[in-house]
Order: sequence, then C-alpha cells, then structure tokens
Amino acid sequence: MFESETAPTYHLETVEDNQFVLNLGPQHPGTHGVLRVVLHMDGEYILTADPVLGYGHRMQEKIAETMTYTQVLPYMARMDYLGALSYNQAWVCLIEKMCGLEVPRRAEYIRVLCVELNRIASHFLWFGAFLLDLGAFTPFLHAFADREKILDLLESVTGSRLTHCYFRFGGVGADVDDDFFAGAQAFVDHMRQHLPTYHSLVTGNVIFQERTKDVGVILPFETWGYGLSGPVLRGSGKQYDVRRSEPYSIYPELDFKIPVEQSGDCLARYLVRLREIEESLNIIEQAVAGMPDGPVRSKVPKIIKPPEGEAAMAVETPRGELMIYLVSDGTKVPYRVKYRVPSFANLSIFSHLARGQLLADVLAILGSLDMVIPEVDR
Amino acid sequence: MNWSYAQNIITGLVSLVKGMQVTMTTMLTPSPTVEWPSETAPLPPRFRGHIMLVADESTGFARCIACGACSRACPSNCIQVIGEKPEGVKKKSPTLFQLDFTKCSLCGLCVESCPVAALAYSRDYALAGPDRQVYSSMDLLTGFASPLTEQCHEL
Ligand code: SF4
Ligand code: SF4
Repeated sequence: MFESETAPTYHLETVEDNQFVLNLGPQHPGTHGVLRVVLHMDGEYILTADPVLGYGHRMQEKIAETMTYTQVLPYMARMDYLGALSYNQAWVCLIEKMCGLEVPRRAEYIRVLCVELNRIASHFLWFGAFLLDLGAFTPFLHAFADREKILDLLESVTGSRLTHCYFRFGGVGADVDDDFFAGAQAFVDHMRQHLPTYHSLVTGNVIFQERTKDVGVILPFETWGYGLSGPVLRGSGKQYDVRRSEPYSIYPELDFKIPVEQSGDCLARYLVRLREIEESLNIIEQAVAGMPDGPVRSKVPKIIKPPEGEAAMAVETPRGELMIYLVSDGTKVPYRVKYRVPSFANLSIFSHLARGQLLADVLAILGSLDMVIPEVDR
Repeated sequence: MNWSYAQNIITGLVSLVKGMQVTMTTMLTPSPTVEWPSETAPLPPRFRGHIMLVADESTGFARCIACGACSRACPSNCIQVIGEKPEGVKKKSPTLFQLDFTKCSLCGLCVESCPVAALAYSRDYALAGPDRQVYSSMDLLTGFASPLTEQCHEL
C-alpha cells in the first residue's frame, strides 16, 4: 500500500485507500433515464449504492388536482410512456368505478387487446435495452423490428405511437376495423414463429447465462417487504398478478397463465418476461376471436363529477402493480390523486441487491428491474 | 486442462454457431427500414399531426364558430380563439385562432369537444424550423378566407 501522499489522485473523490465515490448517471445509458446512483466503491466492488431520484419530477399528482377528470387522461401516458395504455386503463376504470358508468363489452375487448399489445411492446423494449446493458447489440435490433409492428398496429388505432390517449370514460375513443384484428392476428402468428429466434439468439447463449445467472438474487421472503410487483416479483416465485388476484375488465373470462420462476435472479426475471410475451399473445388471440359487436362507447355525462368519496383502482402494467387512489369532493376536479407506481417500489430493492456486487453486475441488476424513470419520479 | 474446461469450450462454440445462424438468416431477409426522406413509410388514417381548421364546403370559410369549447377542453392551454359576429350572420367567426404547438400533447380532446367538427388533425409530421415562434404561435387561420374581411389571412 502506498501512503496517501504518493497515492495517485483520480478525478474521483478519494475516501479511503482504494475507496471512492462514483456517480452513475443522471445521464448514463445504463440507468435508462435520468436516474442517478451514487456508488460507494471499493475497487470494482460496490459498498453502497444510493439512488438519487427526482430529476424528472413533474408534479403529476399536483397537476391532477388542477385539471378536470378528462384533462388528466393525457397526463397518464406521460408517466409510463412504455405502458401508456395500462395507465389509460387504470384512470378510466377508476372513474367508471366511482361514477358507476357502464362500459360496452366490445370496448372492454378492444381495451384488453390494446393493453396486451402495449405490454408486449414494452417487454420488447426492455429486452433490447437489457441486452444492450449486457453488451449485446443484435438482439436489440430484432426486438425493435418486432416492436415496430406493434407500434404500427397501435398507431392505426390510437393515432400515436407511444403516448397513447385512446381510452375514454365509458369506452374507447373510436371503433377499430377488421384490418386491425387481422393485423393483430398476423402479428401473433409472426411472433409464435419468431420467438424461438430470441431464445436461440439470447437465452441459450453462454455469455448471457454467465452474466445473469445467480446475479441479483431476490429471495422470496424479501419481496413483500419491498413492495415488489410485476415480473420482478414473479421472478422470485410469487404468483401474484393483479389481472388474476383483483380481476378487472374481462380478464376473468380469458384463459392465460401467470408465468413464475423460482430462482429470483436476473435470468429468472428475463424468463418471466419472455413467457409473459407468450401469454399476452394468447390473450390477444382470444380477444380477437371473441370480439363482440356493438357500440364502443356508452352515454356518459359531458362533465364528469364523481360523487364525494374515495376509491382506488389497481391494474397490472408491464412493470407491475399500478394503483391510483382518488379522493373526490364532488366537484369537477379531483381533490387528491395518489399514484402507487411499480417502478418506484421495484427500485427500492436495488440498494440491497447492489451491495457487494461488481459494477458490471449492478448494471445488469438495474436493467433487469425494468424501470421507467419518469414513472419513478412522476 | 480437464474435461469440464473442454466442455465449456464446446458449449461456447455451439452457442456461437446458433447465434451466427440467426445472423445469417437475418442477413438474407429484406430490411424493415425505409430510406427517409427519399422513401416514406405510409401514414395511418388516424395519424395525429397538429390540429388544423376544417373548411366549410359551401363557403370556403373555416367552419369554426369561435365557441371556445376546444380551448376550454385543452389540458395544456394551447388554443386561443377570439371571434366576432359578422353583420347579418347568426354565427360568430374566428378572428384569431392560435395554437401553441410547443405545448400540445396531441391528446385530441379539442377535436372531440368541437360541436361543429371544425377541427381535424393535419398529416404534417416533418416539422422543423429555425424559429420557435413558428410553432409556439401557429396561426391556424392562415389560408382561410374570413367572412369578416373577405380576404385571405396573410401567410
Ligand atoms: S390535442 Fe390536446 S393538447 Fe393539443 S391543442 Fe388539442 S386539446 Fe390541447
Ligand atoms: S370548439 Fe370548434 S367551433 Fe368551438 S372554437 Fe374550437 S374549433 Fe371553433
């Protein structure tokens, strides 16, 4: 060991011998957005990792208190831009629940169809980004080529590619045509053929296995305490999915499984997501086959004024359980809105997982949690 | 050098070959991208560009009656409408219809709220300009004749 006088000074703050503080982010491709992680490191090992949040804070809850119920709708898509339709769904379902509005069955089917397409698109983007974190570039291009097909489909229905604002209170914005159903079915057939490519390209790859197996293990007993949900939770052997445990919309009538993996590592979370894509394909197929005819929007009052009181609604977004809690004072603007977002809860376990890991593994762990930072900061 | 070491090499090679197979097949399939701007991908019919006013077929004037419903519906306060009643006509006509496109979230609430269907989405997507002003105060009445002046708004 050198004495500190002779020790080389890095641009990094030297804390003790071989120990230093490294700022990961806020503008680092590995953190997928403006998340900053302060890493206290000893050589290449992490001593502590503290996420610093709030770079993308936009006061979404406060904004909602100044808007009418309809005007809040476009803001939903800005929180989780990858699962915009799930957020749309949570908000419209919540208001429908509070006001007791009817939703035509065709509208429910269209909603589920769109939400599941959106879920697959989100998982594809995660797949590409996660593998980029691990240093593989090609899978990213494959995933994006397939995601493009979904975006084109959704664009033909909602008019936008990412920040959809399509669901309305009591139904959906506009009816869909047969081309869309044909397109969705064609996409399902295409993916069934193409998914094995993903597995042969990535899942079986030795380097990938080495990088993800037994990395960032979340033990089953830790999951509830951290409030985990979504694929992160199901990767640790807990079979919990809001679509089954607190069913909403038409999910009880559909036949799909909740994929669960036992090992709790990054590989498990990866496998859960890939299997979720398959299950979503099943749901899409069933929704297309069972699509009823009829109206897509019921008669709703022009100005939405939920009765005084409070309500909560939970939905399963691609990242986990989203719950919106609403207090209404009977006027046309919400009194208080609270979003319980999945990414935020999932991020809370990160410091615990990162401790004692190598820097490269920490990026894999961060990637496997699948976060959308605007959703964390909201 | 033991057996498990050799086994590792073999598994590694097998997984490499599998990966290369995918690469090779993809190399021979047509590319999904188009060379913009010489080619463009088709726009879906519901494409949402910035909003624009719709002309009344019989008169050629903008259909808008300056009721202000769109500007009240907008969550981001991007629309500014001022109207006047021309002499001898029942309905108002807009004298100013300004859109702040820099704030617009393309949510479509304005289009839905219009009682006379006077708003539509344009199909303009290649938007770029040297000046912020061009988009922060877009004059949507540009190109429309108005019953108030009987003249085209200047570009
Ligand atoms: S699309 Fe939405 S944000 Fe844009 S002007 Fe219309 S109401 Fe406002
Ligand atoms: S709602 Fe329609 S008619 Fe009323 S001001 Fe807007 S564009 Fe004009």
